[in-house]
Amino acid sequence: MAYFIQVLIDAVALGSLYALVALAIGLVFGVMKLINFAQADYLTVGAYSLVIPTAAATPSMMFGGLPWALMIFCVVLSITVLALITERVAFRPLRNTDPTTLLISSFAVSYFLQSLIIMFHGGRPKSVSIGAALTRPIDILGLRVGGVQFLTMTVALLLLIALVLFLKRTSIGIQLRAAAEDFSMARLLGVAANRVIAIAFAISGILGGVISLLFVIQTGTLDIRMGIMPTVYAFFATVIGGIGSLPGAVLGGYIVGILSVFLQAYLPEEMRPFRDAGVFTIVILILLVRPQGLIVTSAAKERV
Amino acid sequence: MLEVKQMVAGYGRLTALKGVDITVKKGEVVFVVGPNGAGKSTLLKTISGLMTPTGGEIRFQGERIDGRGPETLCRRGLALIPEGRHIFKTLTVQENLQVGAMIRKDSAEVRSDMEMVLDTFPILRERFKGVAGNLSGGEQQQLAIARSILQRPALLMIDEPSLGLAPLVIDQVYDSLRKLNETGLTLLIVEQSTGRIMELASRIYVLRNGKVVLEGDREELTDTSALDAAYFGFSSDAA
Repeated sequence: MAYFIQVLIDAVALGSLYALVALAIGLVFGVMKLINFAQADYLTVGAYSLVIPTAAATPSMMFGGLPWALMIFCVVLSITVLALITERVAFRPLRNTDPTTLLISSFAVSYFLQSLIIMFHGGRPKSVSIGAALTRPIDILGLRVGGVQFLTMTVALLLLIALVLFLKRTSIGIQLRAAAEDFSMARLLGVAANRVIAIAFAISGILGGVISLLFVIQTGTLDIRMGIMPTVYAFFATVIGGIGSLPGAVLGGYIVGILSVFLQAYLPEEMRPFRDAGVFTIVILILLVRPQGLIVTSAAKERV
Repeated sequence: MLEVKQMVAGYGRLTALKGVDITVKKGEVVFVVGPNGAGKSTLLKTISGLMTPTGGEIRFQGERIDGRGPETLCRRGLALIPEGRHIFKTLTVQENLQVGAMIRKDSAEVRSDMEMVLDTFPILRERFKGVAGNLSGGEQQQLAIARSILQRPALLMIDEPSLGLAPLVIDQVYDSLRKLNETGLTLLIVEQSTGRIMELASRIYVLRNGKVVLEGDREELTDTSALDAAYFGFSSDAA
């Protein structure tokens, strides 16, 4: 039972992370019909911003050497600015083209950012240690919970709550949801296109920055492809949740996260390497039953 | 109030509007009717700024507006309810109305206008906190109209208000449109069927294949055979 609860906490922690990435992807998709694969590289760049650009395998700290509050601020701010720049340079000029063009552009941004990291940091994985104190397990009601898992779960849930409050309670949040559901209609009612798109990207940058820190604390390594798996998972989360639906993105994030951890914990030892295959099989099954996703929106159709 | 002159617009190589002239005067209810594919929706999309015309000009309250985006035009008093109503289904009724009133700064008057629309459409008060996607078709049309009224437009354009609604519900919708017009709101309405328009229209345009083939005041078109002939493309002596 105790093992089950520990697995459950892990599952919720990972699910919350995927839910956050899925929300970032879902928000941007909603306002721009763009699946932004560069979201992966926002994570990666955020993680690399902790260290000074060198080719060394154990580099010295840049933002990672700052007091923690300042470190979080610097990383999140950099990634937010990065997200806004990519929107301005690579996506805004293409806004009136078809979604395929935008998708290609997001791949280009993604490879560009990866190459940039290779240029400054070299291509080999690096080890980096931040928040070492957090890796100690902590006792909650007699359960030993990994400090990192607890942190991840708390931060992700708090961010999720903050984001939901922002989207539900503020005027700009309501505009953003309106625009995510039906962009043309929102423009007809006076929602400024450039502004809501920029806000959606800023949120995806903020989420990217925070998530990158949580990942580094968890893994202690930097790798140019570190952002890709969580983003692919989050992308599947948005699809099974019902693309364009923000509650769907969160739901999908929890589904894939929880599936992934439970398969890891309960599959027979020799089958664990096939965990991802298991998760994706279930994703396929869900889509076979509900091709439009779990929560259906009108966002997929285009006509005004 | 609105003058469309020799407007040309289309999608890529397809020209949907081939030099259309339309005038709407203050206080009028102008109908544009025509069969499927005549260019009716394109006309409203282009006037509202969702599409950019490739030729001609559009003047609204004396100013050139062609090429401006919808977020600018709605602040100048132009509102459009697109075909299919396009309410925000995942938002509550209240949030839909809030987005409608978003461009206005006069919060006290927005509140009194909100009361006014909720009095006009009591069902919306009943469903105020509910998700708009759960409303029936007729209720959604009422919400779409209420949302646009809260913009306080000078000209409200509606693309097929009766689409997909039961006859009784169409009565209600047309009734509320008549009341709104009596309060001074100018209306430009697109319909595919000519059945209901006579009771409300001050003027009618028939659009076919991207061109105006007939226009006239209600009085001039009381004999509907000319209207039908234009609509179906018969020459009038053959009809």
